Amino acid sequence: MIPAPAVVDALRRRRGPSRATWLGIALFSPALVYILALVGLPLVLAFLYSVGDVTVGSVGYRFVGLYNFRSVLASPAFRRALLDSFVFTISSQLVVIVCANALALALRERFRGRGLVRFLVLLPWVAPVSLGAIGWKWLLDSIYSVVNWVLAQAHLVNRFDPPMWLGQPALAMASVIAVHSWRMIPFSTVILLAGLTSIPKEIPEAAAVDGAGFWRTHFQITLPMMAPIINVAVLFGVVFTFTDMTVVYILTRGGPYDTTQVLPSLAFFTGVLGSDLSEGAAISVFLVPILVVVAILMLRVAHRAEIA
Amino acid sequence: MAGPGPRRSLATRLGRWAIVLGFAILLAFPFYWMAITSFKQTADLYDVEHDPFIFNAPPTLAHLRYLFEQTLFVRWFWNTTLAGAAVVAITLVLAVPAAWALARLTGRWGQQLGIGIFLTYLVPPTLLFIPMSRVISTLGLQDTLWAIIVTYPTFTVPFSIWLLMGFFKAIPRDLEDAALVDGLTRFGAFVKLVIPISLSGILTVVIFSFTLVTQEFVYALTFISSAEHQTIGVGVPIFLVRGDVYYWGSLMAACLIASIPIALVYNLFLDRFIAGFTVGAVK
Amino acid sequence: MAIVETRKLTKVFGKGEEGAVNAVDLETRDGEFLVFLGPSGSGKSTLLRMIAGLEEPTAGDVLIGGRVVTRLPPRARGIAMVFQSYALYPHLSVARNIAFPLKAHGVPRERRLERVHWAAQLLGIGHLLERRPRELSGGERQRVALARAIVREPTVFLLDEPLSNLDAKLRASAREELTQFHKRVGTTTIYVTHDQVEAMAMGNRIAVLEKGVVRQIGTPREVYNEPADTFVATFLGSPPMNLVEAEDVIAGFRPESLIPLAMVQGPAAAVRFRVTLLEYLGSERILVGVIEGGRFDGRKVISRVATASSGGIGEGTAHDFAVPEQELKFFDRATGKRIAPRVLQWR
Repeated sequence: MIPAPAVVDALRRRRGPSRATWLGIALFSPALVYILALVGLPLVLAFLYSVGDVTVGSVGYRFVGLYNFRSVLASPAFRRALLDSFVFTISSQLVVIVCANALALALRERFRGRGLVRFLVLLPWVAPVSLGAIGWKWLLDSIYSVVNWVLAQAHLVNRFDPPMWLGQPALAMASVIAVHSWRMIPFSTVILLAGLTSIPKEIPEAAAVDGAGFWRTHFQITLPMMAPIINVAVLFGVVFTFTDMTVVYILTRGGPYDTTQVLPSLAFFTGVLGSDLSEGAAISVFLVPILVVVAILMLRVAHRAEIA
Repeated sequence: MAGPGPRRSLATRLGRWAIVLGFAILLAFPFYWMAITSFKQTADLYDVEHDPFIFNAPPTLAHLRYLFEQTLFVRWFWNTTLAGAAVVAITLVLAVPAAWALARLTGRWGQQLGIGIFLTYLVPPTLLFIPMSRVISTLGLQDTLWAIIVTYPTFTVPFSIWLLMGFFKAIPRDLEDAALVDGLTRFGAFVKLVIPISLSGILTVVIFSFTLVTQEFVYALTFISSAEHQTIGVGVPIFLVRGDVYYWGSLMAACLIASIPIALVYNLFLDRFIAGFTVGAVK
Repeated sequence: MAIVETRKLTKVFGKGEEGAVNAVDLETRDGEFLVFLGPSGSGKSTLLRMIAGLEEPTAGDVLIGGRVVTRLPPRARGIAMVFQSYALYPHLSVARNIAFPLKAHGVPRERRLERVHWAAQLLGIGHLLERRPRELSGGERQRVALARAIVREPTVFLLDEPLSNLDAKLRASAREELTQFHKRVGTTTIYVTHDQVEAMAMGNRIAVLEKGVVRQIGTPREVYNEPADTFVATFLGSPPMNLVEAEDVIAGFRPESLIPLAMVQGPAAAVRFRVTLLEYLGSERILVGVIEGGRFDGRKVISRVATASSGGIGEGTAHDFAVPEQELKFFDRATGKRIAPRVLQWR
């Protein structure tokens, strides 16, 4: 009784894609064309530049193979930036995830003034990043730093020889990491909060009835259930951190002595300010492996969410 | 502690308050500091002997006056508004139909394409800014507001498509079917039914796209070189600084004025943005 | 008014999707209330949606009023549909919901107002016109959906399980109202449901579907009393028809046909029936038990008897029961199709 597949296929072919499908294609194409032109094309160009010889004034294009990569790999500044990028990303993400977890748990239940607290906590994320960073530049000013003033009052630092937060290599790196964490904590917190509130109330209640205390409930029930959402927060955090140059650019411009230079800022200084498009592009291309890894992990999260 | 739930021990509650207060102060402090700095007299600001937490001299509006009268701040404000409006318009025109197409019309591969689109949101400006600057100069847009109007939708469109797909999928299919039976074409149902029902989702996209224009830094810094074409996000931290001299009073005033309205609006739509970021890991 | 006809209407779905329809031929009568009855996944909704034009058939044709409409969009088919969820437009008031189809068809404003009031009057929802759908109760929503369907006087009504979102009490009265409504407007109506009570109560005819095939089409009396096959026999009736197998035939009898031997007049198949479970339903009792002895020894059967006439029966007791011969139905064991009556040895 059931028509043979071949017959059905023939019937389908005769009718072709339905009108709805054609409409879908028509409605989707403008966005697709735009994305291909302004994300796809530059992405391809980025790779082409990285294996070519292109400067701001140059007209032609000459394929130079891996020359640019060899050249940047040989440069101490690049190796420093690569290392710094990882230090910057990993340390700030560690700080962020620990702080965001604590804060999300604390904000989980409703209390008087929660709305105001949420607004204050969110400020660093929702305010333009460059403005937040310049605010920190003032807070960490070499002479008038309020941070140093407080520390001096507490006799933790020497009033007359205070730390140069943005002027000494190790401190500068720490400052950049701290400021970037400051900006990312709210973002991770709200994502984790979304995860926390999606855990059915019955589950921690059941655990409480079963006699589990706060910490046991937290580590054996809540955290494992939060795993997918923590993954999402970390993945976004890694992308936003590894590819960011705003905080570094505003606070230190990569200094002192290139000790806080990260890949994106180095690419900017080389490719945009230094006019060596090819070498800048080659530096940028080093961001790609991380992005690919994140994209794959993100797909797995999305895939699992779909199955569930 | 309001609401039902087991009563917590005193230690737990104290711990929670300590965490909440500690973070609230730490995270919001720079903005408080911007506010104080904005109203302090210059002499008061630059005296290491002064307690920085109090007004050692009477508050002043001098920094604000300087900001509005002597700098390009108002100009940047308008540039940002203009670019924001244009980016919002482009985003809506491209993302709303595309999201509906992916959510409804394209069947199984719609979901795959949707995820693909979402992944393009992960492609950062710092990977594209070098070739993009070439594209921009080929189009003859360098050092104009158009440079960012054309490029910002590269972030707003993918994220908005993703966000709107969620909204459109939440509309019961029956509603669109009913509109078809009642006499509309598919496209008519989209325009007359889906869009009016999704207004809150569309508003979310509007807010998201607009705030992104205020927040973006890298492209504006790369493509626009003259101060008068800048947006607030680059104009304030880069062009308010004369040489090596930071006018902290007016600088902080500018930061505060630009940050607070955006933060207020963003806060209202926060839950919806988050829904876009959770990639379906939260139902 | 119009006749709806399907010719070899087929819908093939991908793997894992339910509701395929397999070469269905059927024809409504003018002005009749035809019910598509079947379990979930039987294809009844798909069939309805293909008639509406919401689902594109893989093969076959749909005719409305003698015109082939297979390639026409829903809006050009002269149909109206009521959805399971009612699909009221949440952003529009009741009045504008009802006016929506008129507006879409370019009916002038004056006429629109007139029609909306006419429909609202007909369904007794005149006082709700300014409300939003979310401010309505389930019953009110259903009426608004009906008003929206009737307002432009369609030639065919399609109703997709419109009562399943109502609570049990409301459902009974809504059923009655729908029947009255159909009598008043007299429009050809196709009604999809999985609820046999609805089907029996409302349908002029019932089309029983299973796995995308129409198993039987007939009046409620026909499908209940003269089931075409074992599927129809067991899908209709609660509890379902008892089936016992013997060689190449299956014999079936309704629980209400299995009654104490003493009450039977005329030729009957008598069995010894041991009751194992007794459900008291007020005026009736359901007796679950097994046949003892004879060729059907050990078969589980169910009887439904009036409480008044079954006083002495308790759990664990055995009694002489019988099925009047004219109540016995026979089916082919291989195909499940109905066959001519046989004489069977019961004891």
